[in-house]
Amino acid sequence: MAFTAPNETFAGKVFAVDAGLDKKITFGGENVLPFHLFEGDVPNRPVVAYEIQDVPPADWPETIKKVYEGVSSDPVTWAKFCQDKLNARAIAIRLVGTHPDRENRSPEDAAKTVKDVLAAITVPLIILGSNHIEKDAAVLVAAAEAAKDKNCFLGKAQEENYKTIVAACMANNLKLIAMSQLDINLSKQLNILITQMGYNKENLVTDPMCSALGYGLDYTYSVMERIRLAALTQNDVTMQMPMLADVGINSWKAKESIATEAELPIGGTLEQRAIAWEAVTACALMIAGSELLIMRHPEAINAVEKFIDELM
Amino acid sequence: MALSGVEIFKLLPKTNCKKCGHPTCLAFAMKLAQRQASLDLCPDVSEEAKKVLGEASAPPIRPVVLGAGDKAVKMGEETVMFRHDKTFVNPCAIAVEVKDTMSADELNAVADQVLNSEIDRVGQKIRIDAICVSNASGDTAKFEAAVKTLAAKAPSVPLILSTTDPAAAEAAAKLVAANKPLIYGANDANADAMANVAKNHKVSLGVIAKGLDGLTALTDKIKGLGVEDMVLDSGARTAKEILRDNTYIRRAALKKGNKSVGYPIITFAQRDNSMLEILIASLGIAKYSSIVVLSSIDRWKSLALFVLRQNIYTNPQVPLQVKQDIYKIGTPSNDAPLLITSNFSLTYFIVSGEIEGSKVPVRLAVLDTEGLSVLTGWAAGKFTASKIAQFIQESGVEKEISHKELIIPGYVAILSGSIEDKLPGWKITVGPREANGLPAFLKARTN
Repeated sequence: MAFTAPNETFAGKVFAVDAGLDKKITFGGENVLPFHLFEGDVPNRPVVAYEIQDVPPADWPETIKKVYEGVSSDPVTWAKFCQDKLNARAIAIRLVGTHPDRENRSPEDAAKTVKDVLAAITVPLIILGSNHIEKDAAVLVAAAEAAKDKNCFLGKAQEENYKTIVAACMANNLKLIAMSQLDINLSKQLNILITQMGYNKENLVTDPMCSALGYGLDYTYSVMERIRLAALTQNDVTMQMPMLADVGINSWKAKESIATEAELPIGGTLEQRAIAWEAVTACALMIAGSELLIMRHPEAINAVEKFIDELM
Repeated sequence: MALSGVEIFKLLPKTNCKKCGHPTCLAFAMKLAQRQASLDLCPDVSEEAKKVLGEASAPPIRPVVLGAGDKAVKMGEETVMFRHDKTFVNPCAIAVEVKDTMSADELNAVADQVLNSEIDRVGQKIRIDAICVSNASGDTAKFEAAVKTLAAKAPSVPLILSTTDPAAAEAAAKLVAANKPLIYGANDANADAMANVAKNHKVSLGVIAKGLDGLTALTDKIKGLGVEDMVLDSGARTAKEILRDNTYIRRAALKKGNKSVGYPIITFAQRDNSMLEILIASLGIAKYSSIVVLSSIDRWKSLALFVLRQNIYTNPQVPLQVKQDIYKIGTPSNDAPLLITSNFSLTYFIVSGEIEGSKVPVRLAVLDTEGLSVLTGWAAGKFTASKIAQFIQESGVEKEISHKELIIPGYVAILSGSIEDKLPGWKITVGPREANGLPAFLKARTN
């Protein structure tokens, strides 16, 4: 007896979003569940961006810090290393040094860093604040001006500070990342608030808040699946943005990415365990629907790229 | 496909005799349709009705058990496509492949690894579930010897006997039939002989096809030969094929009532690159495989997959909980700080992670809030002054420490006065609101 393929096609479609000028990236655009090439169109592969920051990664665990030894003291050198030596398709700079509890760098300093990095690279740039609501509003406005017309992503806009950041994106012709707290309704609400300001919904990426393997991954996974199903099955235009998984920062906080084999005998070799932690987190969230991922370890990123090769 | 209440009603005696405990046959039918009652309750039901209702109420994906005893693994019985729709029920088994070309020492080493693989995470015992032994030599005697070695070393570990030679399958099955191995398996060329082996030894049978058309034909044939417990291999090996075939199979079984593919799926994830291999296995775990087979099980690999499986198979309606207890982080001396938090696993992991990161040894009291976070627990009356006081008193922690100070989460600062009332002699200190404030808070205290 022949098997009748139970294909499912949907009315909805995820917006395709691009970034960069010379070496443009485009992701999203599919009208089916993640990697369901057998029943619809998946025109673009997910994009993995290498994470760097404006200050040396003193707080990163040893296993990941040593990968960038010698380049991470300066964001421009670091960015060029990722682009030229690691073949990064995109770079995400986190302006963590602007956080009041950290170096408390000024918005002007942050803007200069962004300008310098942009001058040094040709791949697209994602500009992220330090996740401090008030400070981000000031820092990201300055960073947006430094990145004017460069087709960068700017984020993360959150419920408490989105107005300033959205306005900065509109004034400087930039793409936007909006983050809400692990809830499909909050995510939808923020998308609506942002588009009500006149921001083009097709320039927006949703971050439903990432969590690492073993530390809430199940929540992010299901919120992403539900957002994607709403986009496709209900054709809900307020949910059709591509999704970001901010994997590295979460995964490298997990105990399993830090504890030595002596401290965690059930976990085996630390280096491979930590890389696996980041790769598995990324892979699960890609299967759940994220098209843009921010990661740290080249080996984890290479494994994820090979995995995408097999899926596409 | 499931029958409606009215369809079931038509098959009942319609006597309204109440012997089933329901006021009418219709009421009973409605309960049956919702799977809240069992047909056994009706003493007068006809054989024909039993047959029809039995078939209709059979789970769309047949339950199949791999192994026997404590380490048996239940597979199948899934009812949803997405975990948020309800929950995934029977966690995907993780198996490691060995070959009969390996020496007895090598086989024993892998068996040892499997026997020592068990870990405890959030109160769940998880381990490498099975060994897949393949007849790579093509030689029946070698296969038999390898199975004998494994059965002697790890008698309780479920086995997957991978051979397409019926004679080798028979020889191996005879040795370990009592432990209910999976014979993998039957293909177009050997289906009759393999079905016989499976039937004779009352064990489950893997079905190996190239593509879903062939798979459907083969399971129908084997079912006709009298074997009910099957495990499917559509031939999918690349990630793209695995996602496609697994999705098609799950959908056809659940949404189309296709019984020919209503069985658990086995996925072979082996790759030369271990990092890629765990991603292929991750795809299987997330997307509908019931067994994934790996080439090796170094601890770093299996831990990542164990935790992913736990995340995917956690019931979204029931939060994972940590046991109520006083946990030591680092090696706390008797004057080390004592903190309290809730037993929601995520809260516990984040709080204990931040404390570990701070390198300050502490005692962490974890109060049973039925899996609610601190603030939700407080709002729901599960994280209250009297519960905290009772727990601290009954825990006996007072005898272990030289001080009487308890640090509570900043979000429940409001409780500090009432806890002091209920814990006479104790000083209650309000800690940071968020876990990420703990390192600075703890370090400031030790300076």
